[in-house]
Amino acid sequence: MSRAILLAVSLVCVAPAAHAFCGFFVGKADAELFNKSSQVALVRDGNRTVLTMSNDYKGPLSEFALVVPVPSVLTRDQIHVGDRKLLERLDAYSSPRLVEYTDPDPCAPVSYLRSAAPMAGAADSMVRERRELAKAMGVTIEAAYTVGEYDIVLLSAKQSEGLEAWLRASGYRIPAHASRALAPYIRQDMKFFVAKVNLKEQRASGFQELRPIQIAYESPRFMLPIRLGMANSDGQQDLIIYTLTRNGRVESSNYQTVRIPSDADVPEFVQQDFGAFYKATFARAWENYDRRAIITEYAWNMGWCDPCAAPPLDAREMRELGVFWLDDASQGTGSQIPGRFRRMAGGIPVTLTRLHVRYDASHFPEDLMFQETGDQQNFQGRYVLHHPFRGPITCGAAEQYQSSLRERRRREATTLASLTGWNDETIRTKMGPDASPASSPQPWWKSLWK
Amino acid sequence: MRLRDLRLPRDPRWLQIGFLASFLSVGLSARDFPIWHAPLIFATALATQIAFIRLLDLPDAGLLSPIITSFGLTLLLRTDVVWIPPLAAFLAIASKFVLRIRGRHFFNPANFGLCACMLLTPHAWCSPAQWGEGPLLLLWVLALGCMVAHRAFRSDVSLAFLGSWVVLRAARVLYLGQRAPVLLHQLESGSLLLFTFFMISDPKTTPRGRVARLAFAACVAGLAFALQHVVYARNAIVWALFFTALLTPVLDWSQEAFASKESPCPEPYCWPSRSSA
Repeated sequence: MSRAILLAVSLVCVAPAAHAFCGFFVGKADAELFNKSSQVALVRDGNRTVLTMSNDYKGPLSEFALVVPVPSVLTRDQIHVGDRKLLERLDAYSSPRLVEYTDPDPCAPVSYLRSAAPMAGAADSMVRERRELAKAMGVTIEAAYTVGEYDIVLLSAKQSEGLEAWLRASGYRIPAHASRALAPYIRQDMKFFVAKVNLKEQRASGFQELRPIQIAYESPRFMLPIRLGMANSDGQQDLIIYTLTRNGRVESSNYQTVRIPSDADVPEFVQQDFGAFYKATFARAWENYDRRAIITEYAWNMGWCDPCAAPPLDAREMRELGVFWLDDASQGTGSQIPGRFRRMAGGIPVTLTRLHVRYDASHFPEDLMFQETGDQQNFQGRYVLHHPFRGPITCGAAEQYQSSLRERRRREATTLASLTGWNDETIRTKMGPDASPASSPQPWWKSLWK
Repeated sequence: MRLRDLRLPRDPRWLQIGFLASFLSVGLSARDFPIWHAPLIFATALATQIAFIRLLDLPDAGLLSPIITSFGLTLLLRTDVVWIPPLAAFLAIASKFVLRIRGRHFFNPANFGLCACMLLTPHAWCSPAQWGEGPLLLLWVLALGCMVAHRAFRSDVSLAFLGSWVVLRAARVLYLGQRAPVLLHQLESGSLLLFTFFMISDPKTTPRGRVARLAFAACVAGLAFALQHVVYARNAIVWALFFTALLTPVLDWSQEAFASKESPCPEPYCWPSRSSA
């Protein structure tokens, strides 16, 4: 086998700007809110669910707020503030990857493998007043907690207009028609998890960025509410969902779930701009499925990887994400066995599925519903580039090798065009001298009598 | 030649096979669809049919019925294990010969094969949203067009089920205060289309009397709705048919016991060869 080096693209350079995720962000002033990339980890087995929500909010912390519909009133113990690193680790482990091979000397073919290297890269009276105001508007403050740097309230409401009015009266900037988005959740007797940043706690914590909020609950519905996030958004939003389940891959049961085109040979220059390449590839796949599909970027047993963009998460990291079913015995198989042997041990009972959703209000009229399948076939977004042998070729195989190289580059250019939608001219320019001439390179008879 | 001189095939199953083949080709050509299921399912289903006909010394009923069952399974069953498609096909066809009450089978074969596999192993599942919405819209139009054009698609069970299902879904959308696109999105489902025109409509496994058939269809829709929105079950319509199928012998028996001597299966609700298995 040729030598292989691995490059992984990090989410940040892939995902275009997004405004919100499963809940909507509301501000206390008219400041522009901007949520760059949203990531959600959904850990689920049976009805037990742990949801980790992370975002890249860059605005003033005093204006950050998050509203998420939840199936029940959560107790203090069901809420946790996690570590951003967990989602960064998931991202690094599951990112689409570029694999690099170098051709052997055509005169003395030898093969060897090099290991992969990642590149991913209120005062009491105020509370009383709030509760009275809420009651007058048909809103009940079921619970209020301070967890980490967040002030959290759990609300139930009888009327969406009342909830909208209460949020507005409490100083949240609610997008127009928010009550329309809130109504279906109220009708389904769902509660609202509303979080904002407690500036004092935030300063005391010393963290520069907002940490992800984690909630644990039981619900027969395997779903992710995204419709609220569309209420204050005018365009497409990108969301990466990592699901961790016991038995197999996760797919949507109400939107088509497809795989990102993978295992394609691409020209060498892609190495310099893998981020742009993957953005274009993703956009093209999304367009090809009428902008309505959810795209699977990775589905793999968490016990191992091949090649690894980053090592799999260890038992402690998975536990922090909420993988509650890893008992001591399976932790043993997960953490004590070296990664390369876990495959032979049948992996661990955790499958990671990475789903990338680019959604807007018109193409995604409903929340995302999911189902866990028994599918244990592994899948990854993987792109391969081959470097030619650049040393001196000292035998008669040179011409044949150069000819096969030209043919391979032509195929790679065609593959690249179909993956990204880039036109021939662009690809030809980027390939530089590697590009094959526009016309047929050799008359057919040239190789006839050799 | 004028348009009205064009004749559709006498046996409606040919038209159904034509439609199912186009459905499968849409799946195979443009969608993320596994190709290896089909030969395994078709081979096993046909072999099982032939084996049972010979074993039980039954009159040859042709192979159109197992072909339609195979299409249904190929389009609905998903698995990552190689032995499940043949198992589903075997169980589907075998159910026709083994699970009979008073000489009549009552489980739709494809539905039985699918549900049995989902019960037996976690490696079998349905992907109801796998066809996407664009091509599906065309297929819905085509199916409804066929329904107008040909009796093979004009089944009272299909219409009663589809009507009940749309009413229930529309009522829920209105109750929740959602908009029309939500309802359209819920109805643009490949499994719903297949189920409506090729599964619940099977005249061999639905009750004989018209009133009983309409009640049967409404029961399936009602149970599916309850399964989906009360216990949040997946693939609710498929399971609803599986459970409601048990009612067919009861409805047939009550029809015979209490009803007048109505024709057991008035045209156009019978297959051309009712003696077939």
